Amino acid sequence: MTETTLKTIFGRLGWESFPIHEPILFGTFVVVALLGLAIVGAVTWFRLWGYLWKEWFTSVDHKKIGIMYVILGIIMLLRGFADALMMRAQQAIAFGANEGYLPAHHYDQIFTAHGTIMIFFVAIPLVVGLINFVMPLQIGARDVAFPFLNNLSFWLTAAGAVLTMTSLFIGEFARTGWLSYAPLAGLAYSPDTGVDYYLWSLQIAGVGTTLSAINMVATIIKMRAPGMTMMKLPVFCWTALCSNVLAIAIFPALTVAFFLLMLDRYVGTNFFTNELGGAPMMYWNMVWIWGHPEVYVLVLPAFGIYSEITSTFAGKRLFGYTSMVYATVVITILSYLVWLHHFFTMGAGPAVNSFFGIATMVISIPTGAKVFNWLFTMYRGDIRFELPMMWVVAFMLTFVVGGMTGVLLAIPPADFVLHNSLFLVAHFHNTIIGGVVFGLFAAMVYWFPKAFGFKLDPFWGKVAFWGWVVGYWVAWTPIYVVGLMGTTRRVHHFDDPSIQPYFVVAAIGALIILVGILGFVMSIVMGFVKREELRDTTGDPWDGRTLEWSTSSPPPAYNFAFLPVVHDLDAWYDMKARGYQRPAGEFRPIHMPRNTGTGVILAGLSLALGFGMVWYMWWLAALSFIGLLAVAVGHTFNFKRDTFIPAAEVAATENARQPLAVGA
Amino acid sequence: MSTRPVHLAPEDHGTAREHGSRRRYRIGVALAILLTVIPFWLVMSGALPNAAVTAAIIFALALVQIVVHVVSFLHLDTQSEGGWTLLAFLFTAVIVVLTIGGSVWVMYHLNTNMMPMPDSAPSTMR
Amino acid sequence: MTHRTTAAPGAAITWHHLDADDHDHDHGGGATVLGFWIYLMSDALIFASLFAMFGVVSTSYAGGPVPRQIFDLPLVALNTALLLASSITFGQAMPHMEAGRIGPTRLWLAVTGVLGAAFVGVELYEFSHLIAEGAGPQRSAFLSAFFTLVGTHGAHVTVGLIWVVTMLVQIGQHGLTGEIRRRVVCLSMFWHFLDIIWIGVFNFVYLYGVIR
Repeated sequence: MTETTLKTIFGRLGWESFPIHEPILFGTFVVVALLGLAIVGAVTWFRLWGYLWKEWFTSVDHKKIGIMYVILGIIMLLRGFADALMMRAQQAIAFGANEGYLPAHHYDQIFTAHGTIMIFFVAIPLVVGLINFVMPLQIGARDVAFPFLNNLSFWLTAAGAVLTMTSLFIGEFARTGWLSYAPLAGLAYSPDTGVDYYLWSLQIAGVGTTLSAINMVATIIKMRAPGMTMMKLPVFCWTALCSNVLAIAIFPALTVAFFLLMLDRYVGTNFFTNELGGAPMMYWNMVWIWGHPEVYVLVLPAFGIYSEITSTFAGKRLFGYTSMVYATVVITILSYLVWLHHFFTMGAGPAVNSFFGIATMVISIPTGAKVFNWLFTMYRGDIRFELPMMWVVAFMLTFVVGGMTGVLLAIPPADFVLHNSLFLVAHFHNTIIGGVVFGLFAAMVYWFPKAFGFKLDPFWGKVAFWGWVVGYWVAWTPIYVVGLMGTTRRVHHFDDPSIQPYFVVAAIGALIILVGILGFVMSIVMGFVKREELRDTTGDPWDGRTLEWSTSSPPPAYNFAFLPVVHDLDAWYDMKARGYQRPAGEFRPIHMPRNTGTGVILAGLSLALGFGMVWYMWWLAALSFIGLLAVAVGHTFNFKRDTFIPAAEVAATENARQPLAVGA
Repeated sequence: MSTRPVHLAPEDHGTAREHGSRRRYRIGVALAILLTVIPFWLVMSGALPNAAVTAAIIFALALVQIVVHVVSFLHLDTQSEGGWTLLAFLFTAVIVVLTIGGSVWVMYHLNTNMMPMPDSAPSTMR
Repeated sequence: MTHRTTAAPGAAITWHHLDADDHDHDHGGGATVLGFWIYLMSDALIFASLFAMFGVVSTSYAGGPVPRQIFDLPLVALNTALLLASSITFGQAMPHMEAGRIGPTRLWLAVTGVLGAAFVGVELYEFSHLIAEGAGPQRSAFLSAFFTLVGTHGAHVTVGLIWVVTMLVQIGQHGLTGEIRRRVVCLSMFWHFLDIIWIGVFNFVYLYGVIR
């Protein structure tokens, strides 16, 4: 075949695109390939493909989709954390004559991939997954407003993750930092596939996130149980609402920033180039219009989780529910007014910098109010220090420090010193790990028995807890210190040997966190092994207060045989206190949405479109695009989208769990 | 799903409301045409010698026309969907203003502070 | 809370909702219009970001053509008229749909589609003309932003056209069922929304570009 034919078929993909000459990548590839083969083999051996396809991949059940999101998040956490370990190892040894073990171009890909994966494919899927699982149960609904869209959103997110992972073995990932700033990310300075992988992965996943956010907002507004007014909405649902409203407001800015950068790279426009009037700083501007509120998209649901857990384990109604709601709403709006603090040093001048600096400081007020609310909820409470509550306490101690360093950074003159330093990196890891990650672990421990019917193993759960908390402080305190001394971020090699001990300590901290991560995986494994003794037969293992605990663990497909009527903020606590009896008869057929494989197909076509565009395989991109349109339009011709669960089946399910249920 | 009545736009709640909605729609059509013709006429005929005044007028008319379209074509009012559509619209309007206004403000400051060129006239940008 | 717990246990409290026909607490149906409205709001923010980009580089001509040289206002006026007319014809279709009259509904929808297609055609003509003159999207940041903003709007109208055709077919197949009506309502919202975006485009991009 001629050169041109090959180019037409494979675009810029060639043998040199496969990293067989890089021992680290090749080793990783072998391990991943073997692991993948083992999993595929096992699924085939146990004939699980049909089950997985019918019961999970095509499912429109919000609980199953939520669980799939969480699984995706945990898998990607392992990848993102492997990147973190590699960075810590490199920085611990790369001093003076020692160049470390990672070549610079590989190291740059690793820090880019770490940030991108941790935010887009760990934090977002975990948060979205938890909202998906918990929120409809808390508002007493049987599903979300648009069940098919929910399935599609998940698969689009997964397609983005797969495309990112593909870059590990075919071509390379971006070397431009987790937000791929222009003009560095433009074609002139990053001509290879890295930035294209980055853009297409995040664009595909971003569509999923936006659709999911619309779905969740519509669900909370339209599908609350009768009697559940907005001021009787559980705090977690309030934070989920605000988080998703914010996501709808900000993702367009990111989508457009990426879209324009794509046009620069593919069409040759001049939005963010250094030539012909391009404005690279506008890219920063748009990306941070998304970026700062995104922090709150992640942390608001975590705040909701802390509120639910504190109230449950203190055995008290949440202190200051109303102020909590207003604080959440205020944060939602204020978070849109602070984006410029990410580039104070760009020279916007005193008027602009003061405005955004003050706005940033103001946002700490409602956040502080929330911390006091949690403390007052605990005050004089009958606190049970079980695992979820331990995470909450660790959060409060850790997060407050991150908040304070944030206020420090909000002062423009201070920021001129600390901009792009490791102090900043320590600050945002402090808030994201201490605020979001601790909350996600608290939530996974708290709601795990609801999802699977048994608790996680408490011993390994404690190993996970102490590993994360101790590891966090050991890893990031030295980074705060060297950052304050002026060390900049994203450095591949250091000349000054006096700061090496700090990086060695940080690397040890990362290893302690590794113990925490493995401990969490073990708590799932051992929980499964000991599931009979950890079984939750009541549906209400923690003496909960909200509606998700009123149904069995795990809940039936339809969640509630009868839609609950809500009389109080702590609806389930109210029901228990007033001697609620579970209904025993008169079951009716329940109207449910039907499973569909369209979401998987659309996401697969998006993946092919992204891959084709990354490698300039125009035929593949064009075919997948046409396919996308055809499948999307074709799906609208399918009117058989729902089904009824017959009354007899509902009765059978309910009676099977009836002996397990307690009514008071 | 098709077996039960569907609540669509606010129109299908009784004839009185439907009637009001049609009237609102006809007024909207008239205003929309008027508000489209005026700015085109102002600019194409050069009726006003001062460009800044013309610009201010067409911007103001554009905002009015957007409100007219939203009210009479998209049927936005305080009642539909329990007020949620109105709330969503107002929130979006705020975000739109912040996005456009904020970006232009920030980028204007960056341009004036960071570009030493006397003016960014076309020929100097090359 | 305390007054709640002292209430006599077993008092007549309703714990369950037995009316299976409640729309708002059922799947999809009741939430479609609101959900689509929220989608439109996010789409409006897509355009807001594009307008912001255009606003920032609207004078970055880079020595290339300026709006006065390249914008053909009579053509823009024609296009504006076509789109506004299509919005009005869609408005004509809606009362027929509500009354369940299939024929007139399809007729007005088809007229809307034809006007929309003419709009896209004129826009394509304008673009090809500009590119042939050397005023393509690569020429300057101003032209990049112009083509992208107007082109994104045009792409939305094209999606709207595909949707119109789909609805014409589906009304033919199934008549005006509840599901179909809901889709036409969403389509009408989409169509009017695009007309609103165009108000911004013709005022801020074309007219203001020519006089500044």
